[in-house]
Amino acid sequence: MLWSALTLQLGYNATLVTIGATLLGIAAGVTGTFLYLRKRALVSDAISHATLPGVGLAFILMVLLGGDGRSLPGLLLGAAISSWIGLLCVNWLTRHTRLSEDAAIGAVLSVFFGFGIVLLTVIQSLGSGRAAGLEGFLLGATAGMLFNEALVIAVGGALTLVAVVILRRPMTLLAFDPEYAAARGINVARMDLAIMALALAVTVIGLKIVGLILIVAMLIIPPVSARFWTDRTDHMVLVSGLCGGVASWIGAAVSASAPALPTGPIIVLTSFALFVLSLLLAPRRGVLAAVIRHRRFQRRVHLRQGLLALAQGQPIYEAYTMRLLRRSGLAHADGVPTDIGKARAAKALRDETRWQLVRRDQAFESAAALYDGLRDIETVLTPDQIQEIDRRMGGPREVTP
Amino acid sequence: MSGEEFVPLSLTPLLIGILAAVACALPGNFLLLRRQALIGDAISHVVLPGIVVAFLLTGIVAAVPMMLGAAGAAVVAVLMIEAIRRLGNIEPGAAMGLTFTTLFAAGVLLLEQSDTSGVHLDVEHALYGNLESLIWLEASGWASVLDPVALSGLPPELGRVAVATLGVMAFLWIAWRPLVVSTFDEGFAQSLGMHTTGLGIAVVIVSALAAVAAFDAVGSIIVIAMFICPPAAARLMTNRLEVQIGWSVVFAVLSAVLGYVFAGYGPLWLGYDHAVSAAGMIATVSGVILALAAGFAPHRHRSGAPAL
Amino acid sequence: MNVELVANKGEVPAAPLPAHSPLAIRGMTVSYGQKPVVFSVDMTVVEGSMTAIIGPNGAGKSTLLKAALGIVTPLAGQAQVFGQPLKAARHRIAYVPQRASVDWDFPTRVIDVVLMGLSRELGLLGRIRGHHKEKALACLARVGMTDFADRQIGQLSGGQQQRVFLARALAQNADLYLLDEPFAGVDAATEKAIIEVLKGLKSEGKTVVSVHHDLTTVRSYFDRVFLINTRKMAEGSVTEAFTPETLNQTYGGRLATGQIDQLELAAG
Repeated sequence: MLWSALTLQLGYNATLVTIGATLLGIAAGVTGTFLYLRKRALVSDAISHATLPGVGLAFILMVLLGGDGRSLPGLLLGAAISSWIGLLCVNWLTRHTRLSEDAAIGAVLSVFFGFGIVLLTVIQSLGSGRAAGLEGFLLGATAGMLFNEALVIAVGGALTLVAVVILRRPMTLLAFDPEYAAARGINVARMDLAIMALALAVTVIGLKIVGLILIVAMLIIPPVSARFWTDRTDHMVLVSGLCGGVASWIGAAVSASAPALPTGPIIVLTSFALFVLSLLLAPRRGVLAAVIRHRRFQRRVHLRQGLLALAQGQPIYEAYTMRLLRRSGLAHADGVPTDIGKARAAKALRDETRWQLVRRDQAFESAAALYDGLRDIETVLTPDQIQEIDRRMGGPREVTP
Repeated sequence: MSGEEFVPLSLTPLLIGILAAVACALPGNFLLLRRQALIGDAISHVVLPGIVVAFLLTGIVAAVPMMLGAAGAAVVAVLMIEAIRRLGNIEPGAAMGLTFTTLFAAGVLLLEQSDTSGVHLDVEHALYGNLESLIWLEASGWASVLDPVALSGLPPELGRVAVATLGVMAFLWIAWRPLVVSTFDEGFAQSLGMHTTGLGIAVVIVSALAAVAAFDAVGSIIVIAMFICPPAAARLMTNRLEVQIGWSVVFAVLSAVLGYVFAGYGPLWLGYDHAVSAAGMIATVSGVILALAAGFAPHRHRSGAPAL
Repeated sequence: MNVELVANKGEVPAAPLPAHSPLAIRGMTVSYGQKPVVFSVDMTVVEGSMTAIIGPNGAGKSTLLKAALGIVTPLAGQAQVFGQPLKAARHRIAYVPQRASVDWDFPTRVIDVVLMGLSRELGLLGRIRGHHKEKALACLARVGMTDFADRQIGQLSGGQQQRVFLARALAQNADLYLLDEPFAGVDAATEKAIIEVLKGLKSEGKTVVSVHHDLTTVRSYFDRVFLINTRKMAEGSVTEAFTPETLNQTYGGRLATGQIDQLELAAG
């Protein structure tokens, strides 16, 4: 069952929904990357919650006009308009009052959502059973979806993806360096709005699949996962799109394969699993790699400081430093250096002295900038340069009393 | 409207609405000033998984385990946000969004998977509560306020949210000075030896407790709205923190009262016979108050440069 | 002893932690990520002195102060305050953070900020009484800000904000004053007012340590200097340690020779 769902053999509607969700997931992952890089990830939360009054008003309007009220394109249009208004409210509050963006986001999402709930209760009172489909927008509902609705989602997902692909270059430029982008003639404010519009499109089209509470996860989680794997914007966009696409595809397929497996939560949890893998295992930014690196680094610092202290005959105050020196066979338990310890200490001190000379000399400015107390001087200067420095340093001298 | 009708049907929901609004608005002031307004959003979303887990563990729908479950979920969420932020070097907004959507998704999935048929535990209820149902059937009029028999029939939510409100007030009373200093100038507070990290976590936990108690009565949206809207509107009214706190309480009470009244009677005035969601209306009123403050309040514009 | 071990000229072996130094730092290393910004630094502040911490941008000046105060956690190293661990002697320190480190839009008045300096005295629940207010006003008077007591802090200029921070430190009635760039971005009048206050503190026998940026004023403001560029480069009285040689060493090639000549001129 699951296999046939994953391979798109589970009926026409389920297949359409799966394809639509996957396309939408890719579009969301890519759009979300730009939101994330512009540090506006949670604006999407305001956008998604602000869809609800639009859905409600669209329904009421369609009923008043004598329609059924449940036409998906109509409801989505309403959602888009009201979330656009919500977005404008966030921008207005941030720009024209002293409130910060997070306060504006929270205010807009809760007030719009609250008003949306008021409208839902109004609709319930209009006539029994008519509002039944609307609760589906809260948490998403793909089961029993009509062919038309599935088609709207598939086409919408595809169109959003196309828009993202067309706009990816200016958006990348903007995310990487807004000032440079402006200098290149990109209208930053308009481009920011375009990113928001894409986020809004993803939100609105995804409403029926994942619901308005969880749709933000499709915009937020994949870019966060992608960030661990690469430092390059263009790669991040690809990885994020991939994460989003995979999560949505698995989510939609798994959900179609059995009852009581709602699409939205499965997509979100799959996405989260990808995040956890990235957080732990990514080669450079992952937690495991970082822990190992930090331990190593701390060891190096303590060892180096210990050696310098030994070389200068200073007492060592820290137990950890002492332990390290002892364990590496550089010092005896009483703090007296071993023979190897003496040699290593002398080398450390000589390097340190060389560094002092390097940092004093304008000719070595670029090398001097690399000084961090730990770096071996051989990795920065050529043997000839070191010889030159040693010459200036002079040979070993007696201690002047 | 007579006491005979008002006391049993409207007094308790109104009181619960007011207390819930105040309990959330008070810590909301500090969340706002600490640029953590959206913590309220995150907390309220994870309350659902909390009560679902509590229900699955105990098998009963009872207030105490569910409140514990919700509070536990809030703490888990906060720890998770901090862990993701620090371990992954992820900006706080994204860490929050990631955390609360994941926990919420887990809650919904657990709910769907478990057999909760016949149990009143549904998502919609969690989202917008049911303030209108918290009536006091034992009451027969204003005299009941002094009648021990009638008082024993008060909805338990009232007691819980009252305790939560008192708890929040006590916390702010005791921790006021370090809280203000560390919110304004963390480095200075640390130089005085204050545990600023601990204080930050305490604010979040107190907010979580307020959210859980309020949530129990009014659902999660009004919780977010109360965390943010009254303090935000209050900030625009004054440049003094003590006064801001005062205004936030006024706005919270005003939102609760007007929201409840509009929800219950507004439709009647317009000629409809069905009431609308009180929680939703309270959130809406708080939004209108914020909009008015943003347009006309005396201190709505920024004066100092924001921190770097 | 191996002769080479002490070949490093100019490095004096550090004394053990001196019991009565207002601030003694040993082996302090602080890193942000994988790059140490302060590496194995020793510092001994002399009681009753005015010490400038000097070094190029990013040399670890502020970080050293913050590590000494426990605001950032060092990777290695220790600090003692008046011969005691930091915890036991916190009440003897007043810290003036960088002005840019706080949100000046915070809803509070000038007088309230100064009263924060009395936090310790007031305790958790102590009420602010008349004599607390008088004390705070007296501190504001010392920095020439009495008239601004009831202003919202966001309405102040940069120099005025800095003076309020100094007044808050004065209210703490400490023995050691640690200031992080108190003269950054302030007007000439404020600079003069601040230095008067600091010199007043010194004449009362208090110790002042300040991160300082402007090399031209070092000689007239301070009596001791601490030069740092990740490592300690020099420490001592202005005449000993603030020389073209130590400056060259600290700033590498970044100071033009002309600039140093100018400093010599300023020194008279």
